[in-house]
Amino acid sequence: MKLILVKQHLLNLKKNKLKFSVKVTLKKDVLDPQGKVVQQTLNNLGMDTLVNLRQGKYFEIEINENDVVKAKNKIEEMCKKLLVNLIIEDYEISKLNK
Amino acid sequence: MNSSVIVFPGSNCDRDIAVALEKLKFNNKMVWHKDTDLPKSDLIIVPGGFSFGDYLRSGAIAGKSNILNEVIKAANSGCLVLGICNGFQILTETGLLKGVLLRNKNLKFLGKDVRVKVTNTDNKFCNKYKKDQILRLNIAHNEGNYFTNKEHLKELEDKNLIPFKYCNENGDVNEENNPNGSLNNIAGIFNEKKNILGMMPHPERMLDKIISNDDGANLFNSLLN
Repeated sequence: MKLILVKQHLLNLKKNKLKFSVKVTLKKDVLDPQGKVVQQTLNNLGMDTLVNLRQGKYFEIEINENDVVKAKNKIEEMCKKLLVNLIIEDYEISKLNK
Repeated sequence: MNSSVIVFPGSNCDRDIAVALEKLKFNNKMVWHKDTDLPKSDLIIVPGGFSFGDYLRSGAIAGKSNILNEVIKAANSGCLVLGICNGFQILTETGLLKGVLLRNKNLKFLGKDVRVKVTNTDNKFCNKYKKDQILRLNIAHNEGNYFTNKEHLKELEDKNLIPFKYCNENGDVNEENNPNGSLNNIAGIFNEKKNILGMMPHPERMLDKIISNDDGANLFNSLLN
């Protein structure tokens, strides 16, 4: 009986879970030294059509919530509180699962 | 004078600061980042190092630790706060100091002695220095390239909130003598009330002529003044 309850609970959790991605990029005017070095190296490898490359960060976040709007607000809060430094970075939230 | 040094996993200048403070007869306590109570302090020091391995962004995780809430409260009620190197990065991440420290312009970790000009002595941290005095201090950082918006930069200059600028032996402040690409050669800044100082050079490493020089000592002597 207990096992069934646990299974049911896990199923519910799965049903309620939403998945998002957050893409964090440096603002346009902020120098991106890492991206510059990667670009230079690719240019050295013969990628002569490469004209611009910027490096960023990518997060995948699962959240225990079935309301998309509420979940998105929570992710927004995560970005503002920790994931992003708004002085130098921009971010973009996308929903991942159906 | 009561002082507290905040310690994070990855801090590595905390002991140097403690030695400096004890040498100058501060009544110092070390405070772990998980603590929720701050001992009674006239001065809080956020030391250098690589708190939390510089994960996410330098200082970002440390800036959200338990004890930082208490540091923010104390700072807002006028307590003196000094952030050195990673400590400076942590203070910008908490918003106690505006702006941000970017990767050094030349992409290199810089570990060397540089010349720094004391451009403002009318404050609690620098009153034992002479105006325009040139110090030799050590820097050791990967992200020391101070950046802020135009309005704030103007405010920093107009209100004399920049006490330290990188220069050469003759005191020339220019791009040639800027080790990391920092705006206006900024090596350290104050908040508006001048009770919070963030700086990239390490004054605690320059306290004794036997091992280096004692150009950093007067920062701590100023605080005792």
